[in-house]
Amino acid sequence: MGDFIFPVFFLISFGLFYLGNEASKVIASLINIVLFILPLVSIVFGTMYFYNSREFMELMLAQPINRKSIFLGKFTGLTLSLSLGYVLGVGIPFVMFGMKDYSEIATFLTLILSGVCLILIFVAIPFLISVIFEDKVKGLSASILIWLYLSVVYDGLILFMIVTFSDYPLEQPVIYLSALNPIDLARIMMLLKIDMSALMVYTGAIFKKFFGSSMGLGISFFSLVLWIIFPLLAGLKLFNKKDF
Amino acid sequence: MKWLFIAHILFITQYLSAKEIVVCKSCEINDIQTALTKAQNHDRILIKKGVYISKNIVINKSIELIGEDYPIIDGEHKVQVITVGISDVTIKGLIIKNSKSSYTDDIAGIKIENVHNVVVEDCRFYDNFWAVYLAKSDNCKIVNNIIRGSAKRETSSGNGIHLWNCKNALIKNNKISGHRDGIYFEFVENSSIIGNLSEKNIRYGLHFMFSHHNEYLENTFRANGAGVVVMYSKHIKMIGNHFEENWGPAACGLLLKEITDSFVSQNVFYKNTQGILAENSDRIEFKENQFIENGWAVKIGSSCLDDYFYHNNFIGNTFEVATNSTMNNSVFSENYWSDYKGYDLDRDGFGDIPHRPVRLFSYISEKYPQVLILLRSLFVTMLDLTERYMPVFSPETLIDKKPLIRKWIG
Repeated sequence: MGDFIFPVFFLISFGLFYLGNEASKVIASLINIVLFILPLVSIVFGTMYFYNSREFMELMLAQPINRKSIFLGKFTGLTLSLSLGYVLGVGIPFVMFGMKDYSEIATFLTLILSGVCLILIFVAIPFLISVIFEDKVKGLSASILIWLYLSVVYDGLILFMIVTFSDYPLEQPVIYLSALNPIDLARIMMLLKIDMSALMVYTGAIFKKFFGSSMGLGISFFSLVLWIIFPLLAGLKLFNKKDF
Repeated sequence: MKWLFIAHILFITQYLSAKEIVVCKSCEINDIQTALTKAQNHDRILIKKGVYISKNIVINKSIELIGEDYPIIDGEHKVQVITVGISDVTIKGLIIKNSKSSYTDDIAGIKIENVHNVVVEDCRFYDNFWAVYLAKSDNCKIVNNIIRGSAKRETSSGNGIHLWNCKNALIKNNKISGHRDGIYFEFVENSSIIGNLSEKNIRYGLHFMFSHHNEYLENTFRANGAGVVVMYSKHIKMIGNHFEENWGPAACGLLLKEITDSFVSQNVFYKNTQGILAENSDRIEFKENQFIENGWAVKIGSSCLDDYFYHNNFIGNTFEVATNSTMNNSVFSENYWSDYKGYDLDRDGFGDIPHRPVRLFSYISEKYPQVLILLRSLFVTMLDLTERYMPVFSPETLIDKKPLIRKWIG
C-alpha cells in the first residue's frame, strides 16, 4: 500500500512546490489533501486488505500462532507501510524545497504527526468493520459511510447546530464536539499553525486558548489515542472469538 | 541660485554673530535654566554629558539646544521636561526622560505650542507621558528620534508624537514604541510621515483624524494594539508602508473610516487579523498592495462607494474579501488571487473565468463567529464551491473579471 501512497503524495507535494514555491501555501493545499484523501485511502485500503488476505489469514490460523499477533501484525504492517509512504512522500519534497524558518518546520511536523494519527485511526476502524461483517460489499460500504460521516456530515451537523442555537454561548460545546472527531482534531491542529491571524478574532481566541492550553492538548491527544485504541481493541476482541 | 547664495551668506553671518554657551557639571554654568537666562536669540547652548534635573525648562529664546554624547534631562516624574514657547528652536542630541503624568493635563517630554519652525532631532525619549506634543505649530520637524514609553493602560497613557492643529510638519525616521498611539494627528494638514517605525503601542500605531492632504510613506507599523486607524480625512497618500502582525479581536492593519479621494499603494499587509477594514470610504484607489497571510485581507463595507482595487496581490489569506451586504459599489480588477481556481487558455495573462473573492463561509462566520472552528473543513469547502458557482449571499458584482494569472510585480 505504501508503494501507492508514496508516489501520490510525492507527486502532489513536489508539484505544489514546483508550481507554487511558497511553503506556507503548499502546506495549506496539502492540508486539504491530507484531511480528504488520507482517511479515505486508509479506510478503503484497510477494508480491502483485510478481506483480500482472509484466505491467507485462515491458513495462518491453522498454525500454532496466537490470534492476537496475527491481528496486530496485520495492523502494524499496513499502518507502517502507509505511514512510511506518507512521511516520505510529503517529507522529501519539503526537505528539498521548503522549511526556511522555525515556524514552517513546526507546521510541517504537525502535518506529518496528524497525518500518521489519521492513518492509524482509519486503519483501525476498517479492521473492526471487517471482523464484524462477513460480506465484503457490506464492509466496504460501512467503511465509506463512516468516512463520509466523520469528514463531511459531522461538520455539517456542527454548523447546523451553531446556526440553530446561535443565541446561546456555544464556544465550549463546539470545542468538545470537534475534539470528538479525529479529522476535526487534525484539522484544528493545523489551523492553529497556519490560520493564526484569522483565529485571533474573539471566538477564535477562545479556541486557540483551549487547544493551546495543556488541558486542551491533553484532551485532543487522549481523544486521538482513544480513536486508535478503541476500534483496535474491539476488533481484536471480536477477532479472538470469531468463528472462521 | 543667486538668491540661494545670498540667503546662505545671510545665514552664515547670523550664525557667526551667535555665541556658544557650554553647560556641563563642572563648568561655570552647570544647569540649563541658567544658560537659558544668559542666552540671546540665535545662540547655541551645548550640553555636555551628564544628568540634569529639569524643573520645567522653558525655552523662550530662539536658540539651538544641542547635546553632546546624549546628556540626560530628567523630569523625575514631577514636571514637564521641556516647554518650547518661542519659534525657531532646534533641540538635538538629548535624552529626555520621566515627565510627569497626569489625568487632566497633557504633560510631555517636549511640548511645542503656538510656535513655528521647531526642530527636534536625534533625541531619545524614555518613559514620558506624552513624548513630543505639538499644538498649533507650523513647519516643525521631528526627525531621527527614538521614543520608548511604558504605557500600561489606554486611559493612563499619552501618545508618542502628538500633533494637533499643525501645518507642514515632517515626522521622519522615528522609532516609537510603548505609548498609547505611536503617532497621532488631529487637524493636521500638508504634513508628511516618512520612514518611521511604530511598534508595540497599546492602541494604534498611527491615528489620524480630520487631517487632510497628508502623506505617509514607507513607515512600518507592527504589532500595535489595533493597527493603524485613519478617519474623517481627505486626500491622503499612503505609499510603501508595512502593516504587520496586528493581532487581536478588533485589530487590523489599516482601518479606513470616512476617508475620501485617497491613494493606497505599494503597501504590504502581512499577518494581520484584518488587512484593510474600510467603512464609508469613497473614491480610494488601492493599487499594487501585497496582502500576505492575513485573516481577512480586505473587509469592505457596503457603505464604501467607488473604491478601485487593481494590481494587488492576495497571497495565502484565510479570507480574501469580506463584506456585510449584497450591495457592492467597488471595482476589483486585474488583481492576483492565490485562491483563484481558473485557467488561462488564451494565454493573455488573465484568467478566463471571473474570480469571486467573497466566500460563503466568510459571510456565515460574520453572522455566527463560532463556525470559525470549521475552517478548512471539507464540508465548508463544498459550501464555498456551491456559492462560487451559484452565488446567493455574496454580492453579484463583487468579482474580479480579469484576475491575474501571475503575481503582479510592477
